[in-house]
Amino acid sequence: MSRVSRLLSARRPGHKLLAPFFTAGFPDPAVWRALVGTAAAAGADIIEIGIPFSDPLADGPAIQFSSHCALRNGLSLAVLLDGIADLRARLDLPFILMGYYNPLLAYGEERFLEDAAAAGVDGLIIPDLPIEEAVSYRRAARRQGLSTVFLVAPTSTPERVKLIDKSSTDFVYAVTVTGVTGTGKTFGEATDAYLRRLTAVLTRPFVAGFGVNGPAAARRMARYADGVVIGSALVEVIRSAATKRQAATEVGRFLDTVRRVLP
Amino acid sequence: MAALDDLERAYRGIARTPEFRRELGGHLRDFVGRPTPLYFAERFSERVGRAVYFKREDLNHTGAHKINNVLGQILLARRMGKRRVIAETGAGQHGLATAAACARFGLTCIVYMGAEDIVRQKPNVEKMALLGAAVVPVESGSRTLKDATSEALRDWVTNVRDTFYVIGSVVGPHPYPMIVRDFQSVIGRETLAQCRRRFGALPDALVACVGGGSNAIGLFAPFLRHDAVRLFGVEAAGLGLRSGRHAATLTRGKPGVLHGTYSYLLYDRDGQVVLPHSVSAGLDYPGVGPEHAFLKDAGRVEYVAVTDREALAAFRLVSRLEGIIPALETAHALAWMVKAARRFGKSDRIVVNLSGRGDKDMAIVGKAGKTFR
Repeated sequence: MSRVSRLLSARRPGHKLLAPFFTAGFPDPAVWRALVGTAAAAGADIIEIGIPFSDPLADGPAIQFSSHCALRNGLSLAVLLDGIADLRARLDLPFILMGYYNPLLAYGEERFLEDAAAAGVDGLIIPDLPIEEAVSYRRAARRQGLSTVFLVAPTSTPERVKLIDKSSTDFVYAVTVTGVTGTGKTFGEATDAYLRRLTAVLTRPFVAGFGVNGPAAARRMARYADGVVIGSALVEVIRSAATKRQAATEVGRFLDTVRRVLP
Repeated sequence: MAALDDLERAYRGIARTPEFRRELGGHLRDFVGRPTPLYFAERFSERVGRAVYFKREDLNHTGAHKINNVLGQILLARRMGKRRVIAETGAGQHGLATAAACARFGLTCIVYMGAEDIVRQKPNVEKMALLGAAVVPVESGSRTLKDATSEALRDWVTNVRDTFYVIGSVVGPHPYPMIVRDFQSVIGRETLAQCRRRFGALPDALVACVGGGSNAIGLFAPFLRHDAVRLFGVEAAGLGLRSGRHAATLTRGKPGVLHGTYSYLLYDRDGQVVLPHSVSAGLDYPGVGPEHAFLKDAGRVEYVAVTDREALAAFRLVSRLEGIIPALETAHALAWMVKAARRFGKSDRIVVNLSGRGDKDMAIVGKAGKTFR
């Protein structure tokens, strides 16, 4: 049984998943790994690891920034996988990679999934790979025992939501805004209605992300979603920390406040 | 995906009706000034030793072929009830055309433009502002067309319900490459009819510059099934193909994914997109239309490249010989014509797409003149 399915089936009833997102290589090639350790200690259930890309289309300014920093820090896919192998030796919670398709294509889709699984990755989210184009990717991921998580958005039709539900393994990622990550919008009735609609259509658990910027938003999402993803807000926490050592403390404190409001 | 499905449905349902075509045709005639002439470039022909004709897209309103596609998409936006229009622009020609069309139809217009290009293409920025468009400088990444496109796509996914994204080239996710090709095909359809009328025959070859590839595909499309017509797409070799500072995607790139397109792309070993370089802002894009990738692999179109220096020389040559100042983008096609004239038979008739006029490039050419002379 994979780490992800073990986590999902062993949840105590009502427990909501906390899934912090870190851009690999940000703020530097060593500290990001320490931050993952901090997050695990603060009660994270899943770690999402961003693969930096030169053109992060679905991301707002915060993750654009962390991506470019990571690339300037020389974070190649090989370095990324080494970092994950190192984390895997110490931590047992699921690691889900999140990134754009071109680096995978350049590395070789099948070879990358093989190497990722060997390094201790549990699944992937590729926002710019629509299910129509994901046939070989899904096949190769299945062979490696990797979860493939696809995204639904507020604009997705009910038919598409069903299709994404079927194509995903383990869980689905619900984008909570029409737009990019880290918009800092406040959520209202429309978001509630959308998430409620998802709970009716989806057969799998789902996590909500994009714009979940703190405890209040997390609690609101968790009324319907099975978990929340927090990314851009963490980038901001890391960015505004005075030192890199301070960043770990701040990240721990921030995730603590979120964990505390989640059932 | 939902927005793309909506767009495709609207396009297939609306844009192919006789009524829509009539309306678009009327605007192309009265607002743009179509049909554009097929002009015999007498002195240029004498110089290169082959009969060369220019398809005069530079004579279109707003100075380039871009307006053909813009008007089509704007009419579509109106039918879809979208009042807010966004566009990306490199050289500013597509942004200018979009700004003009939005002014004409009373639509809100926002143009994303790389901060670097805003400096390079100042006159177009001023014209867009005069026409009432908001020009948003894009500071991320290379601060050129690639990042302007990313920013426009981000705006579109955020405001998708009331916003129409007018893409300027045959790139981006389906159905855009198809839509832009169809609207630009007016260039090729006119050329085909003009050649038949004038020579009683098809031309022997067509030549066009390729950045994203819209003017080229527009000229080529109606000729693709005529195997005897040789087709050439000219890319920007920048400082040279071996310099690593170029925008020759088809010549030097590999298949990759950017902006929702699987096509040739310039990227490094890790899959990170490489910053392209060209003296012409309109060719300065690391990707290329997917149909060009297909035509290259199928062997139907031959893709070649010329350097900044060659393009600048052709810019001057054509200005002096024909009294026509071509856009720097266009100058790439002309430069290749000068270089490769011997590849054609003495009696061949060759049509070069004179895709735009060069007024916007005066500052760059002035500056480059000091470097290149």
